[in-house]
Amino acid sequence: MGLEHALGDSFLTTKLEAAINWCRKNSLFPMPMGISCCAIEMMAFAGPKFDVSRFGSEVFRFSPRQSDVMIVAGTTTYKMAKVVRKIYDQMPDPKWVIAMGACTSSGGMYRTYSVVQGIDLFLPVDVYVAGCPPRPDNLIHALMVLQEKVSRGESRGSSTAIMGDFTTNKPQPLPVVAG
Amino acid sequence: MNEQVVQKLSARFGEQTFETSEFRGELTVVVPKEKIVEVCRFLKEDVDLQFDLLADLCGIDMYTPMKRFGVIYNLYSLKNKHRIRLKTFTEEEDPKVPTVTSVWRTANWHEREAYDMFGILFEGHPDLRRMYLPDEFEYFPLRKDFPLMGIPGSLPLPKK
Repeated sequence: MGLEHALGDSFLTTKLEAAINWCRKNSLFPMPMGISCCAIEMMAFAGPKFDVSRFGSEVFRFSPRQSDVMIVAGTTTYKMAKVVRKIYDQMPDPKWVIAMGACTSSGGMYRTYSVVQGIDLFLPVDVYVAGCPPRPDNLIHALMVLQEKVSRGESRGSSTAIMGDFTTNKPQPLPVVAG
Repeated sequence: MNEQVVQKLSARFGEQTFETSEFRGELTVVVPKEKIVEVCRFLKEDVDLQFDLLADLCGIDMYTPMKRFGVIYNLYSLKNKHRIRLKTFTEEEDPKVPTVTSVWRTANWHEREAYDMFGILFEGHPDLRRMYLPDEFEYFPLRKDFPLMGIPGSLPLPKK
């Protein structure tokens, strides 16, 4: 490119959308929606041993208004579903959801009247994590998969196009299964 | 100790004999629901027995028309370190049992739970509301005729 040649090695040219997505991907603030036992593994994922801060995601925000990704960790009952949805609605765009564990993804072993058979019945989920509960490594893998989605500018939940292609109407990206 | 409980009960409620059974040293007394508060108060306040702890209170669905629902009271005497069990039954239509909250305050939440799961109405209960399920839920999920996966649409989900 002519511009890079003219400016020399001290400059780097990119698209604005790519730069912003790179920033977003490396500073994902999780909202810990720790409803049951998966939350213990989520704490290990945030703690010093597994240390998610290596991936730029160490700032757990207990306020939905300051967070980017909601990690739903635990069995979601019908009574709790309203609360989860309300918190999700309070998060600013763009936003992502990780469904952590078997219960959250599909109801898991709770095939009963009181448990929602998968949070994708009322939330747009970006990454599903297998396991009961998933190991913290598995959740880190889910976060890395999510980072790839973020760098591509994809989100299932954000109502507006995130960054970039405003002209063409891209189809909604499919959710990814990690682990 | 069990013989003493039966003796005391027949001495106090002589005109009416209660059905009793014993299994592995555990005494069970079946009490008609009209008498349950009186029997409970007697067992608690008698100086020799002193069943001062209501360890648990739960409901049961027998799924028979006459004795459809039951309430089971597990009592413990701290003084004698002894346990007994009381049972009372109620019919399918109008399943009412008098409350024992006036005897043990702890019965309040236990009875609310039994109401939430079985729909047993505890007469005279100070605060008979749903415990675990949403207030607007219309069914009683531990009844035998309730399907395991629930009734579709009875628990609404938020819009996607």
